[in-house]
Amino acid sequence: MLTTNKRMRASVAIGAIGTTMALVLAGCGARAGDDTSTAGASAAASCVDTSGSTIKLGFLNSLTGGMAISEKTVSNVLHMAADEINTSGGILGKKIQYVQEDGATDWPTFAEKTEKLLTQDCVAAIFGGWTSSSRKAVKPVVEKLNGLFFYPVQYEGLESSPNIYYTGATTNQQIIPAMDFLASKGVKTLFLAGSDYVFPRTANAIIKLYAAKLGIKIVGEEYVPLDKDDWTSQVAKIVAAKPDFIFNTINGSSNVGFVKAYYDAGLTPAKTPIISVSIAEEEAPAMGHEVTGNYASWNYFQSLKTDTNPKFIQSWKAYPNSSGVTSDPMEAAYISLYLYKSLVEAAGSFDVNAVNAAAKSHTITFDAPEGKVTLDGKNHHISKPGHIGQINANNQFDIVWSSDKFIEPDPYLEAYDWFPADIRKQLVGAAG
Amino acid sequence: MTKLKPLPSLRGIAALSGIAMFAVLLLAVAPAVLSDHWLNNLGKYCCWAIAAVGIGLAWGRGGMLVMGQGVFFALGAYAMAMHLTLETAGDRVPGFMVLYDPLAPLPAFWEPFRSAGFTLAAIVVLPVVAAGILGYALFKRRVKGAYFAILTQALAVALATLISSTIRETGGDTGLSDFKFFFGFVLNDPANKVMVYLIAAALLIVCLLAVWQFYRSRFGELLVATRDAEERVRFLGYDPANIKLVAFVVSALMASIGGAMFVPIVGIITPAEIGAAASILMIAGVAFGGRASLFGPALGAMAVGWGQSSLGSTWPDGWTYILGLLFVVVILFLPSGLSSLPARFAAIRRRPAEQPTPPITAAELEEVRA
Repeated sequence: MLTTNKRMRASVAIGAIGTTMALVLAGCGARAGDDTSTAGASAAASCVDTSGSTIKLGFLNSLTGGMAISEKTVSNVLHMAADEINTSGGILGKKIQYVQEDGATDWPTFAEKTEKLLTQDCVAAIFGGWTSSSRKAVKPVVEKLNGLFFYPVQYEGLESSPNIYYTGATTNQQIIPAMDFLASKGVKTLFLAGSDYVFPRTANAIIKLYAAKLGIKIVGEEYVPLDKDDWTSQVAKIVAAKPDFIFNTINGSSNVGFVKAYYDAGLTPAKTPIISVSIAEEEAPAMGHEVTGNYASWNYFQSLKTDTNPKFIQSWKAYPNSSGVTSDPMEAAYISLYLYKSLVEAAGSFDVNAVNAAAKSHTITFDAPEGKVTLDGKNHHISKPGHIGQINANNQFDIVWSSDKFIEPDPYLEAYDWFPADIRKQLVGAAG
Repeated sequence: MTKLKPLPSLRGIAALSGIAMFAVLLLAVAPAVLSDHWLNNLGKYCCWAIAAVGIGLAWGRGGMLVMGQGVFFALGAYAMAMHLTLETAGDRVPGFMVLYDPLAPLPAFWEPFRSAGFTLAAIVVLPVVAAGILGYALFKRRVKGAYFAILTQALAVALATLISSTIRETGGDTGLSDFKFFFGFVLNDPANKVMVYLIAAALLIVCLLAVWQFYRSRFGELLVATRDAEERVRFLGYDPANIKLVAFVVSALMASIGGAMFVPIVGIITPAEIGAAASILMIAGVAFGGRASLFGPALGAMAVGWGQSSLGSTWPDGWTYILGLLFVVVILFLPSGLSSLPARFAAIRRRPAEQPTPPITAAELEEVRA
């Protein structure tokens, strides 16, 4: 039974809470109109300890969940690169001490762990991520805390952040070379099949714009969520549309379902070949069906003949937990740690602003397994060669087409007149 | 032999001082002793705890196994996220929409979320209306037990799939993120992060006070009666459907409030946070803490959240097994959750002195009959 007395007590308590909230609101920080640059600076007080003989770096990869199959390899190759750098004297004479975190294929977890690595573990830089969604979750956190994030996977471009270095390809280094290759083969009709998330959607928007310029007709466009692998009805539409080529932007295990539906529907690489941007040496054997004869567009292949590639393959084969197969994202992750080493040594400091300044004032290069890459200090991407490989019977790629030189990174496609200037304008600095 | 119940007023004081202690811990002690990172994490656990308090009401007291609270969590979270996205974008169309369809305008259902007032009203009204319609349809038809649980779970799956597949309208699987402002306050400012945390913690305290009042009221008694013997309540002249409806709507509202605060604290919302797995994790926290008790659901949810952040870092592969094992152990050996542990210990200590009445033997029964 309630008495008036008790009701009063409850309302007093609720009143007290209300007062607390009012006080909280009154005593808070910067509002939208204030000078936010000072607020940002106070948040960015770095706690990185550079006094000892070691330097802490963070590795953030999904060790559990759907992306673990791909990201564990990236994590392993980062460990291998750290061991290599430590054996040859470290960065600025300091040994790398790494903190490995699990992104768990969950984008809010990526954001939380980024904050933990920067504010609790006080790492000087973070390496990792795979999906664009994970990068988009990390971006606001590293920007807020003025941290550094090295992202090793090809992506959809149209992004540039002072706190992120991109060592995978942007669109003009992977998607556009693939389209140039298709045009050189005389392809007239193209079908777009992708996973339903940010990378395939954006990549296809760009493909459509460039296809119009090249005179290639897009005869269909289908998406399936990342975690679904039934492609039967979508492949039926491909059969009906009879395209010359299929442009595949499907990511992860959903590819297995796609390839199965492709063969079940009687499609063959001889008549309706696929060009992929996410199937590499690691994924090809996992397709469950013969994928020989299909194509992939990458900047690195295990079969690439460069001076540095044999050593990279050899080190990886000798490394514990190694699959023995090298691939483009792995190689880009390997580059990212060495690139960071060069940046810090050019800056003479682990300080983020000093590193960014060195990126602009110095020419930072690395003799990567894909060849000698150069960092663009303004957009934080690297130059890369474009290659198209055709899958052979050993699940390796025979290189059938290469760009005539290293392609300079152009994330906002500024050198391409077919990309509408008003869209570029809307995207530069846009939120989300 | 009947056991003397403690006086209701005394129990009331104990609960109220418990809430007060909790409030002091969350609002005064935590901001003083925790680092920015852990305070922010605690804020996130508070959001889950707010939803958990609602689950405690609906499931613990009302017997409705709400397996799809992610749906209502999503209503609050996405309403808030849409407002913050628009606040950040200003008069431009949000960046992610431009990527997919450069020339299309802002979808019509986004437009009202420019207004802060509309957003706050939506966070309250949307879950109430949605749960009201859903609850009315289900409880009037006397849908209960496993059917109710499966239905709510299916709704969470359906909503997560819908959001994933409408990438241009909702951000899809990537979700909504990169919020710069919170109702005019700069989110990057550490002082404002503390403020957002304090609001979430205060809302949790308010929710605890609300359910405490519920539990003490006639409604609370009726709700428990409906849980334990729905038919008898009906014969007494009450409509159990209405009683359950109120509890369900309140729990939906709490989930929505938790979701709304989750967005500025965590800085991102994705379908994975509201889908089946997320909804089940909310239930797991409540079961773990003790679903029918006042503090159990909130503490359980916070413990599960903490486990995820801290054990998930130490043993990424092992954490889910630990959670599963704990869940099984609690359900098997401690069905009323961890919050029933003190009472159990007290009972064990009291037993020798208090000698419970031995069961009546067959011989005694014969004696009585004779």
